Amino acid sequence: MEFESVIGLEIHVELDTESKMFCGCSTRFGEAPNTQTCPVCLGMPGSLPVPNKKAVEYVIRTGLAIFCDISLFSQFHRKNYFYPDMPKNYQISQYDIPLCIDGHVDLEMEDYATTIGVTRIHLEEDTGKLLHIGGAGRIAGADYSQVDFNRAGVPLMEIVSEPDIRTPEEAKAYAQKIRAILVSLGVSDCNMDQGSMRVDANISLRPVGREELGVKAELKNLNSFRSLQRGLAYEIERQTKALQNGEAIVQETRHWDETKNTTSTLRTKEYAHDYRYFPDPDLVPMEFDPEWIEGLRAELPELPDERKERYMSDFGLPAHDANLLVETKATGDFFEAAVALYGGDAKIMSNWILGDLTYYLNSENVEIDAGEVKPAHLVEMVELIDDGTISGKIAKELFSEMFKTGKMPKAIVEEKGMTQISGQDEIAKIVDDVIAQNPDAVQEFHDGKERAFGFLVGQAMRLTKGRGNPQLINRLLKERL
Amino acid sequence: MAISEKDVKHVAWLARLALSDAEVEKFAKQLDVILEHAGKIAELDTKDVQPTAHAIPLKNVLREDKVGRCLAPEVALANAPHQEDQAFVVPRIV
Ligand SMILES: [Zn+2]
Repeated sequence: MEFESVIGLEIHVELDTESKMFCGCSTRFGEAPNTQTCPVCLGMPGSLPVPNKKAVEYVIRTGLAIFCDISLFSQFHRKNYFYPDMPKNYQISQYDIPLCIDGHVDLEMEDYATTIGVTRIHLEEDTGKLLHIGGAGRIAGADYSQVDFNRAGVPLMEIVSEPDIRTPEEAKAYAQKIRAILVSLGVSDCNMDQGSMRVDANISLRPVGREELGVKAELKNLNSFRSLQRGLAYEIERQTKALQNGEAIVQETRHWDETKNTTSTLRTKEYAHDYRYFPDPDLVPMEFDPEWIEGLRAELPELPDERKERYMSDFGLPAHDANLLVETKATGDFFEAAVALYGGDAKIMSNWILGDLTYYLNSENVEIDAGEVKPAHLVEMVELIDDGTISGKIAKELFSEMFKTGKMPKAIVEEKGMTQISGQDEIAKIVDDVIAQNPDAVQEFHDGKERAFGFLVGQAMRLTKGRGNPQLINRLLKERL
Repeated sequence: MAISEKDVKHVAWLARLALSDAEVEKFAKQLDVILEHAGKIAELDTKDVQPTAHAIPLKNVLREDKVGRCLAPEVALANAPHQEDQAFVVPRIV
């Protein structure tokens, strides 16, 4: 039987505010444990939370950017549960009236387009951080846990998608698109390594053509886009096998293990969730002026889709290039800075960014804005190719050096003597040497073997250590043979 | 009785309370009385009454995004039954 996967994502994003959601504690990441707490975020009796206006604004901006309806009336609820990362034993969250509902995100896949619905976006507070001691740091088997409440109360936005996602690739593309939008809006840095963007996935399978949903598993610990894609792929395989063997899928939370490449049941509370939401009596409702919301809409910055259109119309880039360049805000920024510096064809910049630069960044796992190669490096290098100082082949070598050291291309060319040899006499001498040293190949060439010519060119390039002007070598070699 | 002993046990578990059988029986009766009292509201016609979001007529109490003062960690941890490495210590979770 053929199965179709039904996937929905819950994306949690820490908002980039200075202070926490309901108190003035700093949200800075990486400080010593429990240095950013106060009676409010520690849940001390008698303390009163007051919502951070900027956080509310950030959520509404996000909602506007992904075509949501904005609730003109909204309020906070208490979500009650006991867990050591929650000092109050409830989390302030939103329940029946989230700030935003009914949005969508358009995705452009390799050979088709699709739209993923967004059910809701709500605002809540983050929890503290647990450090499990013993049991190799895993919760199951730990002797005890340490709690750091620096993160407790940091504004957290949850974006819940409709179960419209059908493949792991779509899930990845959707999460990447959400990130690009949020970073463009400036509402979060969406750093998955530091946990400021966290993705949970719900996945179930159903026979193709059937409407009703199968039993779902919730997948956690998807700490990168790669994990998201691979975790889902694994889960599809696991559930498919189970269903084909006539086994029932258990509704449960599963933990993705990146190193083992498997998911496993996550031991949680034995009872089903019973959060007993009720309106938080410490917080009064919010009512928004439609004019204020329209003002926020008018102030929205350029978003990835618009940017992509502009790259296609202003720079004449193919859709494929434009799509990849707007995948992260930093990549688009890099491209635009490079194009602004470079007088020539924007497509050349795009080629280098999506080619060599992306290759090196991926292999070293470096973000584009953290890498040694800046737009100025790339432009200077391409200008060296344009004026014939170096060949495209040398440029590849130069690029690797530039990526490693961050030195400017001209400096590297000088230091390593990488300039292209275009002197007629110099090349002629080398070609003569090659002919003299390889009588067999010369004979083969005269016998009509094309391959021998390539071999001779290669020999000449070798003698010039790759710096010979290939066109000149070709021409002189032909003449002399 | 609207409240069963099973309900009481469930609510007690949610609140992490250990109740004796005698207490379960006692609280079941008490909760029943409370619910019955609150149930009086169902006798009223509330068709044209908007749901109340809050007991006092206030809205939009928000603060600017400004960093204020935090507690010194030793103060924050002062009442913790157990601590280690400037963190609160809790017993094993699962
Ligand atoms: Zn605080």
